[in-house]
Amino acid sequence: MDLPVIESSPPAATGCSAGSCGSTAQQVDGLSDAIRARVQDHPCYSEDAHHYFARMHVAVAPACNIQCHYCNRKYDCANESRPGVVSELLTPDQAVRKTLAVAATIPQMTVLGIAGPGDPLANPQRTFETFRQLALKAPDIKLCVSTNGLVLPDHVDELARYNIDHVTITINCVDPDVGARIYPWIFWKNKRVFGREAAAILIGQQQKGLEMLTARGILVKVNSVLIPGVNDQHLPEVSKVVKAKGAFLHNVMPLIAEAEHGTFYGVMGQRSPKPAELKALQDACEGDMNMMRHCRQCRADAVGLLGEDRGAEFTLDRIDTMEIDYEAAMVVRAELRAQIAAELAEKRARAHPPAATATPQVISFQPHAAKPAPVPGRPVLMAVAARDGLVAVHFGHAREFLVYEASASGARLVGHRKAESYCSGDESCGDAESVLEKTISALADCEVVLCARIGYEPWGQLEAAGIQPNGEHAMQPIADAVMAVWHEMLAAGKLAAGPIVAKRA
Amino acid sequence: MALEIIESCVNCWACAPLCPNQAIYEATPHFLIEADKCTECLGDFAEAQCASICPIEGAIINELGEALNPPGSLTGIPPERWAAAQAEIAAR
Repeated sequence: MDLPVIESSPPAATGCSAGSCGSTAQQVDGLSDAIRARVQDHPCYSEDAHHYFARMHVAVAPACNIQCHYCNRKYDCANESRPGVVSELLTPDQAVRKTLAVAATIPQMTVLGIAGPGDPLANPQRTFETFRQLALKAPDIKLCVSTNGLVLPDHVDELARYNIDHVTITINCVDPDVGARIYPWIFWKNKRVFGREAAAILIGQQQKGLEMLTARGILVKVNSVLIPGVNDQHLPEVSKVVKAKGAFLHNVMPLIAEAEHGTFYGVMGQRSPKPAELKALQDACEGDMNMMRHCRQCRADAVGLLGEDRGAEFTLDRIDTMEIDYEAAMVVRAELRAQIAAELAEKRARAHPPAATATPQVISFQPHAAKPAPVPGRPVLMAVAARDGLVAVHFGHAREFLVYEASASGARLVGHRKAESYCSGDESCGDAESVLEKTISALADCEVVLCARIGYEPWGQLEAAGIQPNGEHAMQPIADAVMAVWHEMLAAGKLAAGPIVAKRA
Repeated sequence: MALEIIESCVNCWACAPLCPNQAIYEATPHFLIEADKCTECLGDFAEAQCASICPIEGAIINELGEALNPPGSLTGIPPERWAAAQAEIAAR
């Protein structure tokens, strides 16, 4: 019933798009219809899509032309999940075979990205040979690339030639003085250039590349690493600048810095931001920009849904023995995409009724419209052990939690938290703090945890930490469950704003 | 007169395409420089290209065995700080 209503609403054409100032605008869901259609099956660009669609990165690009203080080119740890890490470098031919094998095995796979482990555009032959072959052999797969931007202006035409529709640029600063504390050197015009001069060149190239891409209509996402004390005060400015130049999404990610990673920041004791600091910064940028909240900072050879890694199923040994019928796989993939697109459209229609300025008769069809004026209640953060958009995971099995902010205006994703340390397979990577303690610490700012089931002991420890476990909404859609709990809290008088809160336990 | 790539090389491919003499080749366990072809970029560039992009301190040495990128020169991590961090990790 809602579908025709959404389709008949006029598309946001110019000026005030639905994406930037509508009252229901939220992250990717708040994008204009035109952009949404381009990202609706891209898990990295659309929050909705990431529950259903998978991506893979092929590690064909080992060389880099800059050094970042959060990166160390020496390490290859199978247990680490962070950008720049890979287990197996591929030739373009191997990467193409792997892509076809994954696409035939995982029909949800919609996106092939090249993200390193170095900089894809510092390896132009390997990167573009991979794209050239895939554009021919796997025409139903979206191709995207992630770059530091240093040589981006030289390659914009070639990116456009292979129909690369999405480009991510990592932009940590627009001020060379800030950049000098992030980038020790770049390789530029046959020389290694250091310090502030290097940062100024890099920033200039990034901004030029961004403008060239958006001028061609290529979607640009900007990634920024939040480094406390270095660029935390500066990132809202970055967000404003890149939005003005046409970037459509900003992804602020937390610095990962551990001494054992051997990075400058790790060894020198630079701390990573706390989850609440990250959220506060994302919230601060959000007034100006669509913010990505569901990034998992995946490896340069990740395979599968965001948050999972099925790379071990597709090693070179294994794909050599696989029979691939790509024609048949394409049919299956097309059917699945159509089915998921229909589900998403229905879900979106339910979750985001048109704003009040739209045709009034439509509003009367919306389920919430008949309610009396809502009693205002404060927003509540809830962590959800989720799979495929449902409250579907046992608390103890959850490797990550999605964090939603529930309020009178609905449920919105504001982040995710890892439930395990980045290194979990090797005793030398571990430390004394138990997994449960770490999880509770990661969820410290949440008041509720929604999960399919939960054991007795973690229940008690969560309660003791002031986090209410809730297993009553197993297998329900996340937003429905989150809002049901929020309304229960509201009805119980737990959400009164202001200093005087009547607690009814 | 030639440069040499030693075992700390991580096989990142960055140097090979830059060499004006095509002296760098893929090998196991790491890339190597054909000594007969290497000119240390004399006459072509002011700085040896392989050593100007190599991200690994100490991986490229000259005929005297000296690192073109000595410890600390690329990462900015003082060698003593690096040693202390490694010792602390080993003691865990």
